[in-house]
Amino acid sequence: MKQLVTLHVNGEDMELAVAPHHTLLEVLREEAGLTGTKHGCELGECGLCTVIVDGLPQFSCLTLAVEAQGRAIRTVEGIARGGALHPLQQAYVETGASQCGYCSPGMLMSALALLESNEAPTRDEVREALAGNLCRCTGYLAIIDAVELAAARMRSAA
Amino acid sequence: MATIESTRTGEQSVVGGSDPNITAHAKATGQTVYADDLHLPRMLIGKLLRSPSRHARILRVDVGRAAALPGVHGILTGEDLPILFGIMPVAQDEHALALEKVRYHGEPVAAVAAIDEETAEEAVRLIEVEYEELAPVSSIEDALDPELPLIAGNGPGRQVNRLGSLEFGDVANGFARADHTYEDLFFFEGNTHLPMEEHAAVAHWEPEPRGRVTVWSSTQVPHYLHRTLAKVLELPPDRIRVIATPVGGGFGGKSDPFSHELCAARLAMMTGRPVKFALTREEVFYAHRGRHPVLMRVQTGFTDDGELTAMAFRTMLDGGAFGSYGPATLYYTGALQTVTYDVPVYKFEGVRLLTNKPPCGPKRGHGTPQPRFALECQLDKVAVDLGLDPVDLRLKNLIEPYTMTVNHMRVTTCGLRECVETVAEASGWREKWGKLPRGRGVGFAVGAYMCGAGLPIYFNDMAQSEVQIKVDRGGGVTVYSMAIDIGQGSDQMLVTVVAEVLGLRPRDIALVAADTDLTPIDLGSYSSRVTFMAGNAALEAAARMRDKIFAAVSADLGVPVERLVARGGRVYDEEAPGVGMDWQEAVHVASVLERPLVTAGSYRAPKLAGPYKGAGVGPSPAYSYTAAVVEVDCDPETGLVEVERVWIAHDIGRPINLVSVEGQIVGSVYMALGEALYEEQAFRGGYLKNPTILEYRSPTFLEMPEVETFLVETDDPEGPFGAKEVGQGPLLPVIPAVANAVFDAVGVRIDEVPISPDKVVRALRLKEQGKEPRVGPKRMPDFDYGEPIRVEPPEQLPGRGVVGL
Repeated sequence: MKQLVTLHVNGEDMELAVAPHHTLLEVLREEAGLTGTKHGCELGECGLCTVIVDGLPQFSCLTLAVEAQGRAIRTVEGIARGGALHPLQQAYVETGASQCGYCSPGMLMSALALLESNEAPTRDEVREALAGNLCRCTGYLAIIDAVELAAARMRSAA
Repeated sequence: MATIESTRTGEQSVVGGSDPNITAHAKATGQTVYADDLHLPRMLIGKLLRSPSRHARILRVDVGRAAALPGVHGILTGEDLPILFGIMPVAQDEHALALEKVRYHGEPVAAVAAIDEETAEEAVRLIEVEYEELAPVSSIEDALDPELPLIAGNGPGRQVNRLGSLEFGDVANGFARADHTYEDLFFFEGNTHLPMEEHAAVAHWEPEPRGRVTVWSSTQVPHYLHRTLAKVLELPPDRIRVIATPVGGGFGGKSDPFSHELCAARLAMMTGRPVKFALTREEVFYAHRGRHPVLMRVQTGFTDDGELTAMAFRTMLDGGAFGSYGPATLYYTGALQTVTYDVPVYKFEGVRLLTNKPPCGPKRGHGTPQPRFALECQLDKVAVDLGLDPVDLRLKNLIEPYTMTVNHMRVTTCGLRECVETVAEASGWREKWGKLPRGRGVGFAVGAYMCGAGLPIYFNDMAQSEVQIKVDRGGGVTVYSMAIDIGQGSDQMLVTVVAEVLGLRPRDIALVAADTDLTPIDLGSYSSRVTFMAGNAALEAAARMRDKIFAAVSADLGVPVERLVARGGRVYDEEAPGVGMDWQEAVHVASVLERPLVTAGSYRAPKLAGPYKGAGVGPSPAYSYTAAVVEVDCDPETGLVEVERVWIAHDIGRPINLVSVEGQIVGSVYMALGEALYEEQAFRGGYLKNPTILEYRSPTFLEMPEVETFLVETDDPEGPFGAKEVGQGPLLPVIPAVANAVFDAVGVRIDEVPISPDKVVRALRLKEQGKEPRVGPKRMPDFDYGEPIRVEPPEQLPGRGVVGL
């Protein structure tokens, strides 16, 4: 039996009918139409489904949608500011941090959570923060470059 | 920080630059629509029932209880799709759903379409299948046991799927000429692609006006999927449309037609509703088609001063349950050894065996990383034995540019010598090799790969790639190509080539890709063929469009065509740059004089196959070359190997886009390190032990070292703007370089990958006990490869002749 929940996603309230055993990942993709967040292993092993909940990166495949009520959920669709890319996204575009792009939505959310808590992460700190997100294409280095570039630009803009 | 040093020719505006990828914005904002992101009204969800058995006869399938479940709209079993298929014409051995027998744990047996995922899963559980178990064939040894039941056939026997035996020149004489002969055994464990996107497909059936099915799929090969759907569904190809969605990682793993694609189409036709299949992560491990486990014996002969006199290679491939690309893979384990070194005489014997495991197929490097690992590790041993530096041993035996190899491979541009010298210099090889403290070591190796398989998968004389260009009267340029971007950057490559020719920016070009209704043929994203083949087709189409525009502008301005240039969004007189017009005006003029503004180009590789059976595997219009040095830290207590840094130089011909090129090189290094140190398909009695991302250990951010990349530019005369491949070649030298670095660090040989800590520790214990400090295969099972086909070497001997183009 479905129940009505209100999810606060990317600054908007969404009233959705969800099965109580459905994960936040399923509800975002299938009920809210936010397919940017990717479906991966459903075991918390790959990081594809990472979203930010109350400021912290979280696997949406291990979170029930009903648990996420009343919390601030952010997904890849909510990073850009209006039509302008967030500096992290802009850096991603320039450094080639996406190849196939499938890991990018989750990776961006982990990286964004890092940058919001540490404005000047070292390369090792980036590695540590993103180690739960897998990428099979890039060999990770371009992603580290992107986070460093974004951090530098965000500091100089602040 | 990775570094690429490259020079532009100075004549090009966007080729060789670092323009942002045209797909990057959508990928960074979550807007790219992958197959699993598609949702159609009334769409049903499909699920596959997979075999719990490794090897069994199917006695009975009862779908009664599943069909009675509310919400179930369609069920398929093997009898509904009885036509055999397979990617290669010589290996049509698969059914969409198992018929009569199952050959591996995880093989699809039945398919369900239901209103939602949970109902589909419940229906799958309700299907009753009765099996009669057969003895499983779980290894190369099992496959050679004549008492075990045949996987493909009836009764007992050995599971020979494919056999090849070739001798080029007088190999016995070559070994007789040697002062030293070497024989070593190696084993390369199987591993898988692990693309981040699980395979998915959506099918939609339109009954009127003539009955057509559309299949969206995360496939690397929309054309071959199109052909397979036609065959299995018994529909004319013009009633099937395949749209390849952006692929979320392929690496070869989405290059076969798959059960879920065929079942989605059939169920959509049966139910009259759209059907989606999205595989789970576990199912992707069973779909597999990954790296073949290969057991290898390498024999070489050398003179005292390190000249190679002969080479003989013997391979045994554990193919898994079906043919897949296996007939090609088999020959790839013997084909490209000769394109890096001057091999005067050469023998190759190989056999591919069937086992009751998920089918192996092509993974990045397709059949060549295994023999490259074996060869480069053996050369490291040879150098030590002869008292030579491993780099010098390679330099002494490198192939020269413009050479016919002993097995009839036409080598044209070759920057391998410069690659070797570059990484040796940059890494400080001469100061490090044999001189670092215990526990620290450097290793070196080289590799080469094809710029596209010279032959299509099914025999035909048609184009391997075609590209169309349409220019709208408003100035908009649209490129049509069936090439599918799997993350390797083919979209960016195509728009960059066209933009360069027309004097525009890559982002000015619209691209329609990978749709069998809308785009002309491209055979697919495999064998590193897209830049060379689709790129050349795009170049030809763009040049023809430029000619049309120039003809009109020339007539309008009274400037001779040969003085016109297109650059910076203008068409103008090179001698008087003020005389010209902007692109939009030029298009307007041309739309009057050169109607319609539509052009096409095509590419077909020159005929390069040698005069023998098996010669279709290996020829390519060009080869890329790579050399790598890897520095490791190896803890003698724990056996743990950490890679500290990688230096890699790649003969790219010319780069089309530097960001893409560097991305492919670093990504290849990453994938190679995973295969060298961690990744393996581990089976226990034919059951896959590790079908999860946690247990299938791949490198994370924490394991990935910094990489220094270098480009060697050889300006290939047949490549588009001189370009060669970069998607696969850079993987090849890294794996053996790791093994060789481990030897330099702690003095033990690990002759099989992955080089896990337990193997290093075991080898170190052997060393302490005064035994041979080596872990690796000890024997090759007895097998009669038969009399080889004897092939005369080409008239121009390796390293001594120069081929014409």
